[in-house]
Amino acid sequence: MTARAAARLATLDRSLPVWLLAALILVVLMVLPLGWLAWLSVAGERGPTLAHYARVFGDVPLRRAVWNTIVLAFWSGAASVAVGAPLAWLTARTDLPWARALRALTLASFVTPPFLGAFAWVMLAGPNAGLLNRTWRGLTGGEAPLVNIFTMPGLIFVVALYTFPYVYVIIANTLELVASDLEEAGAILGAGRLTVALTITLPLVAPAIASGFVLSVLQALALFGSPAILALPAGFHTITTQIWSFFQYPPKVEMAAAFSMPLLVATALLLWLQRRVLGRRGYAAVGGRGGQRRRIALGAWRYPALAGCLLVMTCSVFLPYGVLAKAAFARAWAQPLTWDNLTLANWTFTFLEYSSTRDAIVNTMELAVLTATAGAVLAALLAYVTNRRLVRGSQALGFLAVAPVVVPGVVFAVALFIAYTRPPLVLYGTLAILFVAYLTKEMPVGYAQSDATFKAIQPDLEEAGRILGAGRLRVLREITAPLARGGIIAAWCFVFIGVIRELSASIILFTPNTKVMSVVMFDLKEEGQFGAIAVLGLFMLAMTLATVAFVQRVAGRDVLGARE
Amino acid sequence: MRLRPLRTLVALAAACAVVAVPAAEPAFAQNPRVDGAKKEGKVVWYTSLALLSAEKVAKLFEAAYPGVKVEVHRTGSQRILQRVMQELQAGIKIVDVIHTSDAGHFVLLKEKKLLAAYTPAGVERFPAGFKDRDGFHYGLRATVNVIAYNTKVVPAAEAPKTWTDLLDPRWKGKLVTAHPGYSGVTATHVLALVHLLGWDYFKQLAQNRPMIVQSAADPPGVVASGERPVAANGGDYTFYQVKKKGNPVEIVYPREGVPLVVSPTAITVFAPHPSAARLFTDFTFSREVQQVLADSEGLYTGHPDVKYPADKPRLGDLKLLMTDPEELEKRNEEIKGRFVEFFGA
Repeated sequence: MTARAAARLATLDRSLPVWLLAALILVVLMVLPLGWLAWLSVAGERGPTLAHYARVFGDVPLRRAVWNTIVLAFWSGAASVAVGAPLAWLTARTDLPWARALRALTLASFVTPPFLGAFAWVMLAGPNAGLLNRTWRGLTGGEAPLVNIFTMPGLIFVVALYTFPYVYVIIANTLELVASDLEEAGAILGAGRLTVALTITLPLVAPAIASGFVLSVLQALALFGSPAILALPAGFHTITTQIWSFFQYPPKVEMAAAFSMPLLVATALLLWLQRRVLGRRGYAAVGGRGGQRRRIALGAWRYPALAGCLLVMTCSVFLPYGVLAKAAFARAWAQPLTWDNLTLANWTFTFLEYSSTRDAIVNTMELAVLTATAGAVLAALLAYVTNRRLVRGSQALGFLAVAPVVVPGVVFAVALFIAYTRPPLVLYGTLAILFVAYLTKEMPVGYAQSDATFKAIQPDLEEAGRILGAGRLRVLREITAPLARGGIIAAWCFVFIGVIRELSASIILFTPNTKVMSVVMFDLKEEGQFGAIAVLGLFMLAMTLATVAFVQRVAGRDVLGARE
Repeated sequence: MRLRPLRTLVALAAACAVVAVPAAEPAFAQNPRVDGAKKEGKVVWYTSLALLSAEKVAKLFEAAYPGVKVEVHRTGSQRILQRVMQELQAGIKIVDVIHTSDAGHFVLLKEKKLLAAYTPAGVERFPAGFKDRDGFHYGLRATVNVIAYNTKVVPAAEAPKTWTDLLDPRWKGKLVTAHPGYSGVTATHVLALVHLLGWDYFKQLAQNRPMIVQSAADPPGVVASGERPVAANGGDYTFYQVKKKGNPVEIVYPREGVPLVVSPTAITVFAPHPSAARLFTDFTFSREVQQVLADSEGLYTGHPDVKYPADKPRLGDLKLLMTDPEELEKRNEEIKGRFVEFFGA
């Protein structure tokens, strides 16, 4: 007995440094930058002061930016749930045709950077030149536009189009786990399809809906690109665009720090609220692995439901990429695509003349692959440790891994900027600072995915391996790793996509030598170079989809987590 | 149709070949500075010159001096200043040549001793307004702020003729303006019009709810697409380029006067590629390049020998509104702040 304990200790000792290192990385990534942020927000020339807070919150336009952000986040969250939840139910639990295609389209919407979607919608629904409004005027002969995208409702609409996949993923995954027994019992007792859906299925997935809502509110709170493209032209700010403009010369970093705090507090509060609400009730039905799942027949509603789903995909994928494709090949994007208007000049300019293209693509790919690899490995290690409780305080480690969720990208970028533009560690100006930002920002996603993976792997097999005399590392290599492979690769994909579409942190941290594609596209947007943005946007989509498809093929698994 | 892209390519190649010929001469002269530049390999150029024009100048230089690359980093004048200062704060020294449209920046940069004194060859003959008396920065190009409108939407007779015409409520929701917090051309414009008409002018202009874009090079695209039929400002050279491409855009030079924007260029005192920086600066002030700027880009220059296209008004025929760079520097915060106050973002 004592010999076995000693042996266990010996194997633990070998792995302990790994866990310690992981913990150290997490602490340094979060604590140092956020500590600096908090300090700078109260730093005065003569000791601590609340002057920055007073200035920030005493200012009427800044308070208006806070209010705008609240409105945007709340309604984007609500709209994302309104779209994502029915879509998830329809594709996961009913006999809706083309469910697989709809899932693929949701993935396409997920990989679309929100700023690219916003940019496409400028061309679609700008009040005068927007193609939809032109068509509308042509049809009705009227003067008034159908939609004006440069408004708060327009902004909410566009944000929701690229946020609903978060809700979709959470609810679809939950629905996959909910057994059909209860629903069938309801049906046997004479309840109609709608009654079953509303009184049985809906309460079962209520926690998932709440999580989806909170997650999409957090996404909308943290967005920079969409408000910069749609709100600024209409003359209003959100917190993120405001923080960014504090960096104009002469920079007011202290004010940016102070103004970051409400965003930080709001995010933390939301997550706390979500835990409280969800923590109170047990949902025994969810998480069970047994049970049958039967598809519900939609009957006469099959095709109207499909039409509804296709409308969503039209708005989030078909129309935006259609107009981007048009702009990529047009001399003048607002004119019809006649022979005269057709050109390859946008492509030759982007790839042959525009000197930032090549570096941006290389930087983006390098960062995405590095971050995804480091993130997936780190997240897998952490999830393994916490799930098998290998070190004392492993729960705290898990908490640290998801903690960055409360830090919006812009805020984290401000924190990193403050922490790493000064000695001893000057990371600003290198790809390393972007790597750190991305890794930290994407860690919660990677960790959540890995955590779910290891939860699903029962320890029986591992224990069998140990009993047969294999060391912990050998068991890890030969039993656990092959089982977890699919889940880890999915985590890799999530992080990869997250990095490709990142703008809010990059816009503050980039330098000329470390431009990434999103930053280059934002630069082009500010100068109104529609053709080049369209080309880069299409290229970015192709690049992302190709990578994800490749990885999925290797892993043999659908990234959005649905089982066939 | 199939010919079109091909023709574009051929035209591009031809254009490159043609302009490369006259400029190629200095490369053959075995001059130590050229060798030095080649050893350095590149020059890093932070420029607010509209992207297509900037890339064109870069390609001309690369054709004239093979082996020396130009790294173009194009963004708005204010962003350039922000970048330079942010990078210096972190001890990052990347930029060789700074070129923006906010002359005030050069007052500031010179005061902070960030500029190297260098007089490009041939600028003695430039007018006084293009030259820093201490020899730190020189005006590479000039433009004037104008009104422009979409001729398909607005008949010529109804188009605004003066700055104050834009205050008419019938332009409500029909205007576009660039942003002084991004663009030096626009910051200069705002200061000039504040002198002419007072801040009240912008307060009233904001009542017409113009669309707010960032770069002064963006309103031409907005007007050409018809998203807003009238531009309340913007450098005339970008409107000229858009018009030359066949877009329905017409330029109005308001009779109250047009704000003149002379955009200086300077070499940084910490330039990592000093020889290339000097070579490049001389090149951009050469008659050939200045002529290209005037011809295909529609810019004004200080070069006395440059000939302008027949369809552009002579600078001498326009009533020019001048601004003082020192004042521009001092009132930078005020200009941005009040603009945001009136326009909301």
